[in-house]
Amino acid sequence: MTPAATVTFCLRLLRRQLVLGLRRPVELGNPLLFFAMVVALFPLGLGPAPDTLAAFAPGILWIVALLSNLLTSDAVFRSDLEDGSLEQLLLAPQPLYFSALAYVLAHWLLTGLLLGLASPLFALMLGLAPGAIPALAASLLLGTAVLSLIGGIGAALTVGLKRGGMLISLLILPFYMPVLIFGSGAVQAALNGNPAGPFLAILGALLCMSIALAPMAIAAGLRISVDT
Amino acid sequence: MTDGGAADGVLLSASGLSLERGGRELFSGISLQLRRGQLVQIEGANGAGKTSLLRILAGLSRYGFAGHVEHRAAQLFLGHQSAVKGLLTPRENLAWHVAGEADFSAAEIDAALAAVNLYGYEDVPSHALSAGQHRRVNLARLYLSRAPLWLLDEPFTAIDRAGVGALEVRLLQHLEQGGGVLLTSHQPVTLAYPLLRLDLATGTLQ
Repeated sequence: MTPAATVTFCLRLLRRQLVLGLRRPVELGNPLLFFAMVVALFPLGLGPAPDTLAAFAPGILWIVALLSNLLTSDAVFRSDLEDGSLEQLLLAPQPLYFSALAYVLAHWLLTGLLLGLASPLFALMLGLAPGAIPALAASLLLGTAVLSLIGGIGAALTVGLKRGGMLISLLILPFYMPVLIFGSGAVQAALNGNPAGPFLAILGALLCMSIALAPMAIAAGLRISVDT
Repeated sequence: MTDGGAADGVLLSASGLSLERGGRELFSGISLQLRRGQLVQIEGANGAGKTSLLRILAGLSRYGFAGHVEHRAAQLFLGHQSAVKGLLTPRENLAWHVAGEADFSAAEIDAALAAVNLYGYEDVPSHALSAGQHRRVNLARLYLSRAPLWLLDEPFTAIDRAGVGALEVRLLQHLEQGGGVLLTSHQPVTLAYPLLRLDLATGTLQ
């Protein structure tokens, strides 16, 4: 396989996944709706005092983003396993590493990117100071990409199981923690008037590391899941 | 035929394959070499391990069996499932197929779909098609593929009689062009071509 052929193939996979996602708009809207609903729950639980909400907002927004990503991760490879596309993908002559990357990229474009872009709205719902909103959006854009990559590992490992939903949470939530720490840290820093840059830089480093390593784990997970 | 194959015409060679499932030995000591122009049918009762053997030969099963498999040419594997996405049209299913074969032109895809009797269905969402038509979309890959080695798991299932006839013609054409075919089938294969049978119970090829 020449590199050019591999690139063409991955772009084709990406296009396929995006078209599949866009043809089911409900699935695109669901994570956003989930995000909005849960954000709306917090004033009910914590009391509507704007000061309390604003103080908790960075943590709340990041945890909800994390959960909404977790909900969608489960489905990345499931339909492909059920209809037999996954075994065809594994037999493709192109390196599975890049195919896995294309799947995750499509997942991020359809979930994390939208969430990052819509996050200022949710931030306003919780009364987050406007000055912290750029840091929130930037940290979510970077961080959700890491979450999608890690979620892909869990999805690949559990795709062969009938009820993988709970197991995938237990498997990948521990790996979500660093992202949560530095993501909400970035927003907190911006809130306190400190530069968010260092936190974003660490998120960027996490992203680079997971781009390098996660597709390998995803590929191995998929091979194990199909080998039954 | 493109994608090579060794000079001696061996497309796939396997030696000493044994598989155990649930404490029961399904088959043992299976060795075979598939050469250009050979048609091999794997025979065995239900549960004899035909599909398992085919998945091992295809490279989908990597663990849990003994023996060695070597591919010497590009392969096309058609399994039980059609790998057809309901949200995509038959044309998109073939153009963006995850098996990662060469790029096919729109004309090639249309010709392949016409060959499996899906003319006029190219742009219908696949969820509106029947199970048999899904199988046909998958079989259209036989008309597109340039891989010399074909591994087909029950290719005749859910295909009507005319479709089976057309499929046999295509297999014959592939064999005559120097391809090799390894298939499992419960229906008797009535191809006017020398057929080798691999009996899983005895492990002999004849």
